[in-house]
Amino acid sequence: MKEKIQKLTEQFGEDLSKVTDLTALETLRLDYMGKKGQIAELMKELGKIPVEQKKEAGQMINTFKQEVTSRFESKKEELVRAEEERMINAAEAYDESLPTENPCGSYHPITLIQRELEDIFESMGFDVEDYNEIVDDYHCFEALNIPKFHPARDMQDTYYLSTKNQLLKSHTSAAQNTIMMKYGKALKENNRPIRAVFPGRCFRNEAIDACHENTFFQMEGVMIDKDISISNLIYFMKTMLSEVFESDVTVRLRPGFFPFVEPGFELDIQCLICGGDGCPSCKNSGWLELCPCGMIHPNVLKYGGINTEEEPDKYTGFAFGLGLTRLAMMKYGVKDIRVFNEGDLNALSQFVSK
Amino acid sequence: MFVSMNWIKDFVDLEGQDLEKLIHRFTLSTAEVEGIEYKGKDIKDVVVGEILSCEDHPDSDHLHLLKVDGGDTVYDVVCGAPNARAGIKTAFCKVGGQVGEIKIKPAKLRGQVSNGMCCSAKELGISDEHSGIMELDPSLANGTDLKEIFPIEDIIFEVDNKSLTNRPDLWGHYGMAREFAALTGQQIKPLEIMENPYTGDAKVAVELRNELAYRYTSVRIENVTKKVSPMEMQIRLYYCGTRAINLLADLTNYIMLELGQPTHAFDGNKIGKIVVDTPKEDSKFTTLDGVERDITTDTLMIYDNDTPVAIAGIMGGLDSEIVDDTNSVVLESANFDAVSIRKSAARMAHRTDASARYEKTLDPEMTMLAVKRFIKLVKDIDPDCECASQITDVYQYKYPEIEVSFDKAFVDRYTGIDISCERIKTTLEQLGFETTQNGENFVTKVPSWRGTKDVSMKADIIEEITRIYGYDNFEIKTTLSPLLPAKTTERRKEENQIKDLLVKTYAMNEIHTRVWCDPDALKNLGLTPEDNVRILGNADDNGILRTSLFQSFLPVVYSNRNYKPSFGIFEIGRTILGEREDGTADEHRMLGIAMYSKETTEKNLYINAVQLINTIVSQLKHKKVEYTKIEVEHTWQHPKNTSAIMVDGKRIGVLNTLHPKTLSKIAKNAVVVCVEIDMDELLAVEFSNLEFAEPSRFPSMEYDLSLVMPEGVRFDEISTCWKKLKIKELREVSVIDIYDAQGIKSITVRFSFGLDDRTLTGEEVQSHIDKILANLETIGVKMKL
Repeated sequence: MKEKIQKLTEQFGEDLSKVTDLTALETLRLDYMGKKGQIAELMKELGKIPVEQKKEAGQMINTFKQEVTSRFESKKEELVRAEEERMINAAEAYDESLPTENPCGSYHPITLIQRELEDIFESMGFDVEDYNEIVDDYHCFEALNIPKFHPARDMQDTYYLSTKNQLLKSHTSAAQNTIMMKYGKALKENNRPIRAVFPGRCFRNEAIDACHENTFFQMEGVMIDKDISISNLIYFMKTMLSEVFESDVTVRLRPGFFPFVEPGFELDIQCLICGGDGCPSCKNSGWLELCPCGMIHPNVLKYGGINTEEEPDKYTGFAFGLGLTRLAMMKYGVKDIRVFNEGDLNALSQFVSK
Repeated sequence: MFVSMNWIKDFVDLEGQDLEKLIHRFTLSTAEVEGIEYKGKDIKDVVVGEILSCEDHPDSDHLHLLKVDGGDTVYDVVCGAPNARAGIKTAFCKVGGQVGEIKIKPAKLRGQVSNGMCCSAKELGISDEHSGIMELDPSLANGTDLKEIFPIEDIIFEVDNKSLTNRPDLWGHYGMAREFAALTGQQIKPLEIMENPYTGDAKVAVELRNELAYRYTSVRIENVTKKVSPMEMQIRLYYCGTRAINLLADLTNYIMLELGQPTHAFDGNKIGKIVVDTPKEDSKFTTLDGVERDITTDTLMIYDNDTPVAIAGIMGGLDSEIVDDTNSVVLESANFDAVSIRKSAARMAHRTDASARYEKTLDPEMTMLAVKRFIKLVKDIDPDCECASQITDVYQYKYPEIEVSFDKAFVDRYTGIDISCERIKTTLEQLGFETTQNGENFVTKVPSWRGTKDVSMKADIIEEITRIYGYDNFEIKTTLSPLLPAKTTERRKEENQIKDLLVKTYAMNEIHTRVWCDPDALKNLGLTPEDNVRILGNADDNGILRTSLFQSFLPVVYSNRNYKPSFGIFEIGRTILGEREDGTADEHRMLGIAMYSKETTEKNLYINAVQLINTIVSQLKHKKVEYTKIEVEHTWQHPKNTSAIMVDGKRIGVLNTLHPKTLSKIAKNAVVVCVEIDMDELLAVEFSNLEFAEPSRFPSMEYDLSLVMPEGVRFDEISTCWKKLKIKELREVSVIDIYDAQGIKSITVRFSFGLDDRTLTGEEVQSHIDKILANLETIGVKMKL
């Protein structure tokens, strides 16, 4: 028995050294460890030998079996490693520098600037509203204290429609009356101040060129409460515009005339490019005329149902108007206003966003 | 409007003030100054020079050789002016001096030495006159600096006319001066006038037959023999943008620039009785610029009895114009209805300096002041002239006097700062508001020149006080309003979600288009605008509002057809679907999506669009969409593939491909799919709330059926076959394969069955499948063999 195992061990060593792949290894394993393998044969023979030798022979077989198993395992490991090595060597190194198609849509620049402003206003407690593009004469003019024969009402500036007293809204202020009506109740009953912005498309009869459009966007805002003052207006405009331009802007107010505010102002900001020293973009004045604003005219508050004849000064407020189209041009360096409405995708597709 | 600082100084003492700073404050307190020009800065060493001798240049047919006495010495000068001659005194610039851009150096002209230059008025920048060198008063001493004789030095600033629209009082220097008085804490000096010295009975007859004429003041002046206005006056007029013409015309211009009150000088020999009225019928009238103009029956006219002599407030007539031999003048100083003048000027497209002022609603009180100022000026310049009539003054419409009461508490509340009572009172008074104070209560009287429209209430008074106080001096403070949350409306949220989905997931491009149709762009595509609400004042197909976003989108698709082989565009914009019952326009907020491709089939693109619509509705509303084929509503829609998009049984939009005749115009080998959704219909769809169900612990049993689809059978018809069985064990149905080749259309559907409390048996599943197959049989759908 002893010699036999001795021989088999030698034989196994020889066989194993010839194995070069996992399939051959498996065949060899079956050859030794399978149901009819060499070790099984030895076990059969174990039955035939004398009892006193059995113990020793059994141990020898066991030792042999352990040795075979362990050498198999290490051979297997060796072969697997070699196979992995081969796969790695055979693998392709991929080229990530190849151009890919990256589908990416675009927002209209007005949407981008509008969202940016809306976020700022919402963070300051403003409701965001929108409004019809077709409005009536009352909302666009009458309710804003613009008298019957005011030049703004002339045909050459305003698109009047074939329907009853209607027109394409010439300014976002046309929504003021509706906003006051909508939020006035909460102001009077629950002391909830009216804070709202309302962006929208406006229309004016203009010949179109690089600087003029007949269809453009504005964003109007109002704030109404007890004791809203000019001082508050200046504070608010400065704070809001500093957010918009992401820097501490210097503002100045000049008298400006708009029938729906009193006093009315033209608000200038100190030129952000030259810091007020004068440069081509501020026409050397150091200031950029940015937005009209003012204290809401008492008549407008009255028409909006905010103040009554009995208490004509109970609430005060301010209003301001931002030219979204102009802000978008400033922000994105658009020099030709026609880009906005002419639908050229070579231009518009550049306005990607987070 | 150009403003002369010298002129302002006639009425307010600005000695020792930093004028540039003051003009800057004017911008911040009154109206925007657009530019400042320093006149005379570029004129140096120009003196009175006497031409002692004048000889012809030997080598020139027009140059002269002059000897000029410049006060200090005699200069040799070569001069080409035709009026150069011995004995006259002229403006002479010495060597080392400067005339505008020209710096005078010793020079040789055609071999002759020239040590100076004789100047025309134009060269000195004080007139357009360039026919020859200036001829000065012979009594002036040689060598006197011309700046000592004439107000050549001045600061002229230009005020943006737009910022003066509500300030009729600022259309003349006197009104401007009042602002400077308030800005420097002074009262304005009174205007120098002369009462009419005439004591007889003669009167200019004036009759106002129309209520559009508010006031008409007139006087006759005879024997005006001086024809040329004094140089000082000419310079002021020139600096302020008006050319000198003759004394009488210059005086009317001067008064207009000084007071803002237009006046007109009629030839006194041609005026009998002045009548103001509108004509009975449309007619023609030639104004003094020689242009024949159409006069409508709305146009207010000035007549001499029955003969028209001027268009009221706009321009005089050619026939009654002051000419050089006119010695007799009838002066008109009148006030007319502002709107009427504006409309007349607009109608004849002829806006004059006079009409531009009248349309601002001038103060009628000024007409008398202007007449008396005219008398003062004309008598000063031409002492021999005679006032030959009483002043006629017909004053039909007088504005009511306005008083405003307020208290300091109101000012404090409105401004948010503390402006003292004393400051309030002085500011108002310096602006001409007579103000009485009683403790902290004020009553202020609005001056006539501010009361025609601009100032009438407390808020207006606040503006007067604060603008002079200076907004730069305001302490700024936040409001004390309670802070309450502001929520984004659903409407806004949905717009944002849809835009994000289309841009981020579908890589589409957002566009903006106009709300009216472009008939030319549509014509390219064989389309015309549909009958709809239109913009007034347009003819034919122009100015018609769109009934569908695709009237705007299809031209955009067309113009971008070579942009990329495939693209998608969208917009949330408005369409107008005719008129509502109450006669107003039926405006709709619509989402339009156009998908364009040269790379895929129309069918694939159409299915992509369906998937996109389903995604929008499922993401926003957690609901399913159904489609119903409908009749076309626009000519570009495909008769077979135009479907209503339905949610909860309500139509929210339309999906369609293009009619071949429109598609063929857009591009060869390209396909287009159109989606239009009414955003407010979508908004009205309720979000289907989620209902949570515990996932079953027992697995589903799946069963695949491959079905042969007969031609024309839709998936929703076959799905009815199992839906109507209402099998509670049927958990899910999905389509896992669609096969469409060689005329055979088949579809593989996977059914998942299951129960929450146990596993189904194969027999149970089979019995459901058998029932489904039986139903399919009834519509001719069989299993694929």
